[in-house]
This record gives sequence, structure tokens and C-alpha cells, in this order.
Amino acid sequence: MSTLSERILGAAAGEYVDRKVDRAYAHDGTGVLALEAWNAMGGDRLGKDSDYYIQFDHIAPANNSTTATLQHELREFAKRSFMHFSDIGCGICHQLMSEGIVLPGEIVVGADSHSVTPGAFGAFATGVGATDMAAIWLTGETWFRVPESVGVNLTGRFTGAAEAKDLALTYVEKLGMDGATYRALEFVGESARNLSIDERLVLSNLSVEAGAKAGLFYADDVTVRYLKERGHDVAPQVPESCTYRQELDIDLADVVPLVAMPHRVDTVKPVEALAGLPLDQVFVGTCTNGRYSDLARFARLVKGRKVAVRTIVIPASAAILEKAIRTGVLADIAEAGCTLGTPGCGPCLGYHMGVLGEGEVCLSTANRNFKNRMGVGGEIYLGSVATAAASALKGEITSPEAA
Amino acid sequence: MQGKGTAVCLPADIDTDVVIAGRYLRTKDRSIWATHVFEDLDPSLAARLKGSVIVAGKNFGCGSSREQAAIAIREAGVVAIIAPSFARIFFRNAINIGLPLIESDLTCKEGSTVVFDLSQGWVETEGKRHTIRPLSPRMSEILTAGGLVEYWRAHR
Ligand code: SF4
Repeated sequence: MSTLSERILGAAAGEYVDRKVDRAYAHDGTGVLALEAWNAMGGDRLGKDSDYYIQFDHIAPANNSTTATLQHELREFAKRSFMHFSDIGCGICHQLMSEGIVLPGEIVVGADSHSVTPGAFGAFATGVGATDMAAIWLTGETWFRVPESVGVNLTGRFTGAAEAKDLALTYVEKLGMDGATYRALEFVGESARNLSIDERLVLSNLSVEAGAKAGLFYADDVTVRYLKERGHDVAPQVPESCTYRQELDIDLADVVPLVAMPHRVDTVKPVEALAGLPLDQVFVGTCTNGRYSDLARFARLVKGRKVAVRTIVIPASAAILEKAIRTGVLADIAEAGCTLGTPGCGPCLGYHMGVLGEGEVCLSTANRNFKNRMGVGGEIYLGSVATAAASALKGEITSPEAA
Repeated sequence: MQGKGTAVCLPADIDTDVVIAGRYLRTKDRSIWATHVFEDLDPSLAARLKGSVIVAGKNFGCGSSREQAAIAIREAGVVAIIAPSFARIFFRNAINIGLPLIESDLTCKEGSTVVFDLSQGWVETEGKRHTIRPLSPRMSEILTAGGLVEYWRAHR
């Protein structure tokens, strides 16, 4: 009996296989280097029978003329080679792939470490670097070592203000930042089936923070319905009983609001333990927590009040932005005194639109808090949307349960 | 494939943001990456890397997929990296650009000479020889070719 990764890759854990890639994507950051490698390989036309995507999200819009020139070259290449191209403002690559593009059972490769995100749909989705991506453009294929899997068995229900992000930080802490290196995570158990697609995307997204190669959910009724609304008829995947290399049991009722401490995602504390820590900035967005349900939850918590610290809110995609405008969620956020940014990565990787200064402290809903990532000398605490809202209102780290 | 260098010791969990910071990525000028490699860890390190073998703790290269991290290290003159484990994207990236990675639990002594032979599967330092985990056949082919660009130039 096989794990989901073994089923999709069609071989047993430990084997090396060459596989057709159903969908390959790169962004303005990694795409530039991939294009260089492609040219050096003598690339002329794209490999057959795969779908190729380039999304501009990392520095969107361009912050200076150097970036603009690099983006111009890549944009021209994407159009010339008939890739699916999403320009600035469309949104973060992982989110765009998750809005009805990636389907269950597919093999998906992105030139970005968080390409594990669409694993939420029952696809084998993983990240590579730029040269690997260029070779995929050339051949439509790549090699994989079929990973052993860690079964993350979810039971129970969230209580209090805990949410998917807190659950994600919980499993990263339990596994450690290299606890799942070379392995895939499979989120199973009755409570995995109760999670919404947005919640699943958070869990899949963070799997690389434990070193994992992929983070998968079995496609079920929730997946089928979500994709149906986006024009796809797919069948659910029925789990087989299988042997996991390692198992992790988490009762959602035990999950409490957490923050990850600078500069490690696997070093967490209950939000309460840090209550009162002064903040210079709060950032809500990214491929982890910039979805509509996140913005709506944030809006509900800050509606009719004013934030006490500079707060940047960036929707993960144009579709999310439009929906948040239509439903009034964005108006509530703006009226609370937050600054809005173009759909994309925003300051997450430390380039533009809200980077930190020396000694500044930020509470972010992103997935990574490495040293200097969001600006030299800045400190990043990672937390949930509810924690971000409670903290923004007080200007200091605040438990959403105290608010 | 054989090689030799002077050991430079680094801790565990070196992430790619620390190898080359995001603020230096937006360029195609590789010498910039080599100059600023490991800057946020130790600004004096870049100048000491020529002809070195980095001997690091576990989980080297975790985090972002930025290939510039592997390129920066190679361009700074590092001959190979030895660590008990590597983050998987970094592993692929390094081999893809022709930088040898060696999985081994070596105790690092700063400045000592490290010699390795990948085809025979050993690394030697301080008069002791350790066997190493062999690369997969495909990875050896790519590394022997000098990287994935060269591999595909030869295989099309
Ligand atoms: S939002 Fe942050 S983590 Fe996500 S793709 Fe963009 S830079 Fe990477």
C-alpha cells in the first residue's frame, strides 16, 4: 500500500524516477536566473505537454530600473515562448496556482521553496532552483527521489482563537526545521477533512519550514467542491492504508496561539508569554496568510477601531483583492488605519513595500523569520492573523484571546 | 571527482538568506554575490573562502530556493561543502552548478587540510579517512559534466 506521494510519482520511497511535470512555474526572482540558464543550455522551444507559468510577485511593481529591466527581459521571454504570464498585481505565484489551476494527482514544480503550497489539492508539488527550472522548460521533465512520508494525524477541533497558522507552527516546532528533510508530509485524520482549502494551504505552505519536500492533503469532498466552483470536475482520492516513516499526532484542541521567535521558525512560544513586547510594524499577507478568509477575519477584529502601530495589509492575489473590495472587508481594514499594498509578496523577502529598519520589530503572518530577511537589523515574529489583529490594535504583541 | 581545500567551520542550519541576503539578489553580476556571501553571518568570511572546503553542521542551505546562494559560494572559491545533511533544494542547486556537496559527519578543525574523492567515496582530514554517502547516479553524472547546463548541452 502506498503513500500519496508514492501513488502520484508511481514508485516506492527511495527510488529515483524521471517524471513528466504537469505544471511548472517560476516568478520574477527565480525566473531571471532560469532564463540565463535556459540561454546557456541553448534553449529554443518549451518541452511538450506541460503547462508553464511565470508570475511577477516578488518585486511587484518593480522598485528601481535595474529590477524593471530584468523584469522586462523575462516578460518578453514569457510572451515569446507562450508561457502563461501573470504580470505585477495578479498575485503571489503559489496563490495563483491554487485558484483552480493545480488539480489532484498532478506533478507540479515551482522555482520557489514554497511551491509545496498546492499540495493542499492532492498534487505532488515541490520546489526547485533556477537551473532545474530551465531544464524543465527544455524537456518538460525532471528527476525525483520518491520521498518517505511523515503522517501528520489531525484530530479534534480548534478552541479559542487558535487557527491554522498556530497549528502549522505547532508541527514545525515538533518536527524541527530539518525534521522532515527529504521527506513529504501527509496531513491525514478526521480533522484534516474538516479543514477548509484556505486552512489546508497554510499547512502545506509551512511544510518546507520543517525541511519537507512536499506537504499533501488527499483530495476529498471539500477539494472537489472548491475546484467545481472553478470549473473543474475531479474525483476525490481515497487513502490506502500505508506505512509512514514517522507519525505525528496533533489534537487541534491542544493548539494555542503561538509566535515563532526571531530568527527560527521552529522556535515558538505561546503569544501570551510575549505579551507587551512593543512593535514597530504588523504585516498581514503573503502566500501563508494573505487569503480572503484571512483578510475577512482581520477586518472583523479591527472593524470600527484604529490600529496603534503601522500596519501593512497585502492581499495574496487580485481575485482576493477584488472580493475584499466587493464585500467591504477592505474598507474596514482601510478605515482602521492600515496601509494597503499591491497583491504580491510585499516586504516578505526584504525588498520593498514595508521593509524594516535597524532594530525594528515586526509581527508578520508570513512563514519565515530568518535574520535580516525583512530588512537589515529587523526582528520578525511570526504569528496568526488573529494575533496580528490583536497586536496591531495595541501596538504590542497581544494574545488574540486577551483582546 | 577529487578535490582538496582548507577547512572553514560553520554552524548548523545555515539558511540561504544568510548565505546571500535578498538585498543582493536583483542583479546578474555574480561577483556581487561572491563579495557579499555570508555577510550577515560574518562580514570577514567572504575574503577567506578561496580554496576552502566548508565543513558545516546539519541542514546546510535551508530556506529559500535562491540558486544565488550556491553560486555565491562557488564564485567565492569554495571547493566543496561537507555537512551531515543539506536542505534538498540547495543540494540540487549546488550539484546543478557544479559545486560538490558531501554528506558526512566530519568534526571540523579550522584550517586543517581536507581531501576528498567522490568517485571512491571518501573524505580525509587530520590523518583520518571517512566513507561518505555516494551521490545518486544522475547527480554524479550532472556533477561530472560540470553542472546541469553542461549536462543538457551534451545530452540534447
Ligand atoms: S510571500 Fe514570501 S514566502 Fe511567499 S512566495 Fe512571496 S517571498 Fe516567498
